[in-house]
Amino acid sequence: MLNNGPDECDKTVADKRPVNLDLGAMKWPLPAITSITHRISGVILVAGTAVLLWLLDESLTSEEAFNSLRSVLASSLIFKLIVWGVMSALIYHSVAGVKHLCMDLGYGESLEGGITAAKLIIAIAAVLIVLAGALIW
Amino acid sequence: MVTSVTNLGRSGLSDWMIQRITGVILLAYTLFIAAVLFIVAPEFAEWKALFGQTWVKVFSLAAVLSVAAHAWIGLWCVSTDYLVTHVLTIKLGPAAGAQANLLRWCFQAAGAIVLFTYVVWGIQILWS
Repeated sequence: MLNNGPDECDKTVADKRPVNLDLGAMKWPLPAITSITHRISGVILVAGTAVLLWLLDESLTSEEAFNSLRSVLASSLIFKLIVWGVMSALIYHSVAGVKHLCMDLGYGESLEGGITAAKLIIAIAAVLIVLAGALIW
Repeated sequence: MVTSVTNLGRSGLSDWMIQRITGVILLAYTLFIAAVLFIVAPEFAEWKALFGQTWVKVFSLAAVLSVAAHAWIGLWCVSTDYLVTHVLTIKLGPAAGAQANLLRWCFQAAGAIVLFTYVVWGIQILWS
């Protein structure tokens, strides 16, 4: 009906349109999960950079510091988990980042391509993260 | 076109380009360090000598500066997507939603301080 009053018109429109985009209420297809994980791993890496800079700083300070880093990495479970965690975030973020570069070149832009790329990201990152864990332990 | 006073390149297209260039630099540096650590597996003397070379210092500085630019653009994207009025109103209520601009600004300021610290720390490590 075209000649409704402004109040009723507002109400009708408001009832039919989403007021806000609530991401939590939406479905999460695989590419959405790999995308949010890319963001989360990126934020983790902001803190992880401090760990990497500290490791570089210590390793270049002296031979004693270099060797003590090595022995701590060989013995401390917490230290291994921190290093593995930062490496995992770096690996995942890198693999998912390469997907963006591929998409910039025109690969994987379709819906099917996006789903295939998401599966590839998970598979490649999982293999590399397990490999990194194997090298640490 | 994205215009904002807090994004790195003043335009979305510029941010996109910077994000790609710094991403490729960081990928190359990650592969380089991984190859050194896992293939060469250096002792202290070799490790120290490697970082004594000018090209490694320059490559490392490029990586540190890339982290700062890349992380700034990334944190800006995340904060302007989530730390905004309508998202905080849904998640935390109208009182939080009303403070969204202040919260986002504080988040970005904290990010800027951390990333600037990384740049200074990186230069100190490489040239000390």
